[in-house]
Amino acid sequence: MEESQSLAQFMVQQSGKLMSQTLTHISLTLLSMVFAIAIAVPLGIWIARSRKFSGPVLGFAGILQTIPSIALLGIMIPFLGIGPKPAILALFLYALLPVIRNTYTGITGVDPVIVDAAKGMGMSKWQILIKVELPLAFPVLMAGIRTATVINVGVATLAAYIAAGGLGEFIFGGIALNNSNMILAGAIPAALLAVILDFLLSRVQKLSLKRVRVAYLLLPFLFILFCSFYFLPSKIGGRMLAGFTPEFMGRQDGYLGLKEVYKLQMETVVVSDAVKYKAAYEGKLDVIDGYSTDGRLKAFDLITLEDDQHIFPPYYAAPVVRQDVLKKYPELEMVLNKLSGLLNDEEMTGLNYNVDKLKQSPEKVASDFLSEHHLLQSALPGGKGLIRIGSKVFGEQYILAQMYKLLIRGYSHLDVETKTGLGGTQICFDALKNDQIDLYPEYTGTGLLVILHPSPSVLNGIPKDKDAVFGYVKKEFSRQFNLTWLKPIGFNNSYALMMRRKQAADLNIKSITDLVHYIKEN
Amino acid sequence: MIKVENLSKKFDGKFAVEQINFEVAAGETLVLLGTSGCGKTTTLRMINRLIEPDFGEVYIDGKNVGRQQPELLRRHMGYVLQNHGLFPHYTVLENMSVVPKLLKWDKEKIRERSMELLDKLKLDSVLGKQYPSALSGGQQQRVGLARALMADPPILLMDEPFGALDNITRADIRREFTELDELVKKTIILVTHDIQEAFEMGDKICLMDQGKVMQYGTPEELLFKPQSTFVASFLKEHKLLLELKSLKMGEHTAWELLEQLEPGKLKEILLTSEG
Repeated sequence: MEESQSLAQFMVQQSGKLMSQTLTHISLTLLSMVFAIAIAVPLGIWIARSRKFSGPVLGFAGILQTIPSIALLGIMIPFLGIGPKPAILALFLYALLPVIRNTYTGITGVDPVIVDAAKGMGMSKWQILIKVELPLAFPVLMAGIRTATVINVGVATLAAYIAAGGLGEFIFGGIALNNSNMILAGAIPAALLAVILDFLLSRVQKLSLKRVRVAYLLLPFLFILFCSFYFLPSKIGGRMLAGFTPEFMGRQDGYLGLKEVYKLQMETVVVSDAVKYKAAYEGKLDVIDGYSTDGRLKAFDLITLEDDQHIFPPYYAAPVVRQDVLKKYPELEMVLNKLSGLLNDEEMTGLNYNVDKLKQSPEKVASDFLSEHHLLQSALPGGKGLIRIGSKVFGEQYILAQMYKLLIRGYSHLDVETKTGLGGTQICFDALKNDQIDLYPEYTGTGLLVILHPSPSVLNGIPKDKDAVFGYVKKEFSRQFNLTWLKPIGFNNSYALMMRRKQAADLNIKSITDLVHYIKEN
Repeated sequence: MIKVENLSKKFDGKFAVEQINFEVAAGETLVLLGTSGCGKTTTLRMINRLIEPDFGEVYIDGKNVGRQQPELLRRHMGYVLQNHGLFPHYTVLENMSVVPKLLKWDKEKIRERSMELLDKLKLDSVLGKQYPSALSGGQQQRVGLARALMADPPILLMDEPFGALDNITRADIRREFTELDELVKKTIILVTHDIQEAFEMGDKICLMDQGKVMQYGTPEELLFKPQSTFVASFLKEHKLLLELKSLKMGEHTAWELLEQLEPGKLKEILLTSEG
């Protein structure tokens, strides 16, 4: 069993992957730092000369620093696509402020008497800079480079979201799968990397610049050389590239199943859910994982491949509710069940499309749908109690959460608070178990494989039909966690592999088996 | 050798230096004397173009310095600063090698010259490998002078060279410097606020106040023929010292005279010594 595996065993087992992730991580960090130093040091020197520009330049670099890293990565996808390029650019931007500021502080901190003496002896401006100001500012400057490097080792984990690789693949995969060995296998090397790089740079900081002039100039180039040894993940010409989320990468009903059952062997990168559809649409990726009811399927003109060997179990959505809450407010069950059986796959995809593509708010989509089905009622006076609804971070969950909110307000005297955007399955489930939310919409397959993860023998004993899976999770959730699965809403949001419609038609790929054959033949 | 004509500089619309004229012959020492803020340092810094004048010209050997490249100009003028201005990241020898290296001297020549100067300035050659922070104030100032003398420039500009030293060290080092053969042939412009220093070192003194020359002449001219009450009162205390010292040359020292005074008379002298 994987649970009983120790961290050391995991790291040994995954050592090849760990090594390549670590090298990618180092490459991303160092390449971005080399670019940052090449730009920020001259910029820092320039604003130390023309002080009136120091405010605007430092201000602008400061603003860059405040942009959340994942947002910065997102902004860059339309221009640079996915992969190492946008990651390096983002890391570069983050490194600017500490290096510019410390260069500026270092240069302006040089005793003016010394600069005066240098000038008085007949040194040119360039000689003063190289022989006097930079050597004297060097310790301060290096402190900035150290700060930036340590920050970038941390931020580089996010590169895993845009298929740039690095240790973030393990970290985010581990979080998504609640696999602490996997998290640590990514986090410990990342932390060590930060400590080691900082230590090495602290040695450089102690060097006297005038003695190591040549070495100093060579160092960044050595870094680049070093980096170029390890190719960063990129699409290799002519072959197909798959982009899977960290969660999918580690799931039995995901990439692991694809490898085991279908013997799928293809170039794979890790991407975040937020970027994969767009990347597929723009041809940066050829195969992605996704949910069969995802509105973006329609929006980006993708098709799902038939799961002809049935590795994806049924994913019927249903609200999972705390039993104590149902006991306290018995009317809640009736209210929540109003949605049951109302939404089939196609309808749900349509609603998701409204949110994902047409950019309607989940609130509006939810209330439009309910009013269409004559379920929308104006809110009754509340005060009886508070129901907290959770949701994961994607459109469908937002819509469902809003529908439940409107139903509860319209058909009971309960108040509602929504806690939308809970990172992933594990976060939602933990929140529910720990009484931080009262209910959230979950999928039977996810409940089975992510939360319960039964042993392979038990799993093989459960028929892959929707009622059997629902029955099993309902029973086990009630027994193990005192949580109740209410009636399914109707649609099956199963995992699926997706391709661009045109490419799939051109290559005549309809099922996952077709895909596997195609890759083998080419 | 150095000729300054109508030299003027304004800071924030106010004259810091106004219409300064003087001439220094080769081998002469000119002292720019005055209280702080009188414009003496600004005047000095206009000679090696660390400050560009608003009006007026500086000629060295008949050549206008304003038409020369400042870096090249400065390499042939030694510059000694109040706080020595030694590079903290350079050893003593490296500090001394700065100008010769700019002038592309070969290593052997630099080494020989460094040793010669360390010796002349009574600095142990072991100190050559030290960083300035390991040196005493007096040693730092000697290194500062050695650095300025390395390339044997014909002109030496000194800005309060002894200003950072305590009184006793200052007097000692000053005496040493004046006896130094290297300095004898040099044309020197020295900035100071110390009257005794000015009289000890200056062949000519240019007394300045509020950016203007109050009197320019030999020490004797200033002392015996003050052109204004400002000059007279500025030199008053020094005059007294000189009077006492000159007594030394006579039959009795001043001290012997003082020893013979009746009780209470000392106080009387101190109170009536105004004129």
